[in-house]
Amino acid sequence: MWRYVLKRLVGLVVVVFFVLTIAFVIVRLAPGDPAALLLGPDATAADAASLRERLGLERPIFLQYLAFLGGAVTGDLGQSIFFNQPVTQVLAQRAEPTVFLALFSLLFAVMIAAPIGIYAAYRRGSFLDQGAVSLAMLAASVPSFWTGLLFQRYLATDLGWFPSSGYGGPDAGFLERMRHLMLPSLVLGIVNSALILRFTRASMLDVLGEDYIRTARSKGMGEARVILRHALKNAAIPIVTVVGLTFALLVSGAVVTERVFNLPGMGNLVVNSVLRRDYPVIQGTLIVVATLYVAINLAVDLLYAVIDRRVKY
Amino acid sequence: MTPLLGVENLRVGFKGHGGTVTALRDVSFQVAPGKTLALVGESGSGKSVSSLAIMGLLASNARILGGRIRFAARDGRLIDLLGVDARLRRSLRGAEMAMIFQEPMSSLNPLFTVGDQIGEMLLLHEGLDAAARRRRVIEMLELVEIPAAATRLDQYPHEMSGGMRQRVMIALALICRPRLLIADEPTTALDVTVQAQILDLMRRLQAEMGMSILFITHDLGVVAEIADSVAVMYAGAIVEAGDVGPLFDAPGHHYTRGLMASIPRPDRAPGDMLVPIPGVVPPLSALPPGCAFAPRCGRADAACEAPVALRAAGPGTQVACHHPLVAEVAHG
Repeated sequence: MWRYVLKRLVGLVVVVFFVLTIAFVIVRLAPGDPAALLLGPDATAADAASLRERLGLERPIFLQYLAFLGGAVTGDLGQSIFFNQPVTQVLAQRAEPTVFLALFSLLFAVMIAAPIGIYAAYRRGSFLDQGAVSLAMLAASVPSFWTGLLFQRYLATDLGWFPSSGYGGPDAGFLERMRHLMLPSLVLGIVNSALILRFTRASMLDVLGEDYIRTARSKGMGEARVILRHALKNAAIPIVTVVGLTFALLVSGAVVTERVFNLPGMGNLVVNSVLRRDYPVIQGTLIVVATLYVAINLAVDLLYAVIDRRVKY
Repeated sequence: MTPLLGVENLRVGFKGHGGTVTALRDVSFQVAPGKTLALVGESGSGKSVSSLAIMGLLASNARILGGRIRFAARDGRLIDLLGVDARLRRSLRGAEMAMIFQEPMSSLNPLFTVGDQIGEMLLLHEGLDAAARRRRVIEMLELVEIPAAATRLDQYPHEMSGGMRQRVMIALALICRPRLLIADEPTTALDVTVQAQILDLMRRLQAEMGMSILFITHDLGVVAEIADSVAVMYAGAIVEAGDVGPLFDAPGHHYTRGLMASIPRPDRAPGDMLVPIPGVVPPLSALPPGCAFAPRCGRADAACEAPVALRAAGPGTQVACHHPLVAEVAHG
């Protein structure tokens, strides 16, 4: 087990190294000169050249790469060109809304998907089953910005149940900030529930046909116990997998929702940084997200062994 | 004596794409207290459907089309299983009637320890606490001759052999001391030596606990070993029934005789060929109007196109045939 974890951690380092390299290359392939963008249209060519010099953009690309790698290993992701702050600090400030948005969205998604998916499998072919599957298709097809705008219009503006956008004022307390995350989380939760619902239903359908489910019924227990104790645990591995992947996607993929709800999260940050050619921030975000992605996948794999003792690492 | 279980004119159909197919046609049999009845037949003859109907575990597309299943409960009541509410039915299941299945590999839940799965019966029906359950489970595992029971109960099914798992299934089924044990081909998936051990065990436990057994099998050799009486099924109906001795000595139905001629016997002379039954079982949706076996039967004639019911034949046997074999030597 521990050998396996060690092996996977080494793998994680390798993946992060590749991500570092790709991030470095892609960012520099994008057209546009960060110095000129920073200084605005009135700057002279000489100003731009001196800024490039100061930012280290004039050095040979290979040396820039080495410096970047060396920094990354020591936890230094460089200095943001735009904010004039260390990238790690910029990211830390933006992490809270993104991480909590992802967590709440996942919670909503599972709360919507799991009961419906389980019931749809149990009543396979029924009106509710077909309705649930169609609804899941609909939820997956409607873009999140549209749902977001709809919710802002009706749930926030008309009914006033939630703040319509933003993350509270600068002195907003933790609960107030979290209240601002409810509506965007619901939007993301609905969109992401579709996939989890389909996986839950399919996985439960497989398990409900197994011999040990018949054995469970022959023992004289109620259907709720058959489904929730004997079937669900066996159906859990595919469900946990897709929930883990969804979480990883939510951490990295909430860009549109963060923009619609004007949240100061990492999604918004990365879009703005691309527009500003803030190379170090883009690189830093990519690295953090990729590391999280690999780490979540590792956690999911380890969870398999907890659920099913036959899984041996 | 009142039978423990009485199945009367049971008819079961399955709803499919082309309408309802009748899988059981007026099946009747009885299981006496403490005795073993074997239901014998090929795949698709309706023996498993009968057992699942008794347990109330039929698939959701199955329909009971008619008949009665009467069960003598522990408290003395005679319960019509098809007429009672689901709650009472569930409380009987596991506690008074239990079932073991053909596939010991897949019949146990892979994610729970065997002790947990056996103990769950005690939780459901007797409400025992964890410590008491554990004691009873160890006792039961010892009763089914699982060595090192106290450590085995914390193992998962995948850590055990097929024979061990079937012992676990038997322990699970019998821990609440049911009055009826339904065993659906419990030895079919096992090695021959293990088969013999499991049959021995079931016989011994029956002698100790006094339960009745409904034993479902396609193996006539097993029937001779374990059953008191036997009912032979073909295409959803019973074609011959009776006590094992008379029935095996002088089978009245051509199908029963065919079955017996097609199994290898140790006393068979070298060079004697096994005699297969020609043809295949007709699909249940296209049964002939009269005797369902007629298309495969050497003695069939025009009379066999008329419906045929079970009627008394030899001593203690019944047969559904227009031209029953009478006192012929059965062993071919």
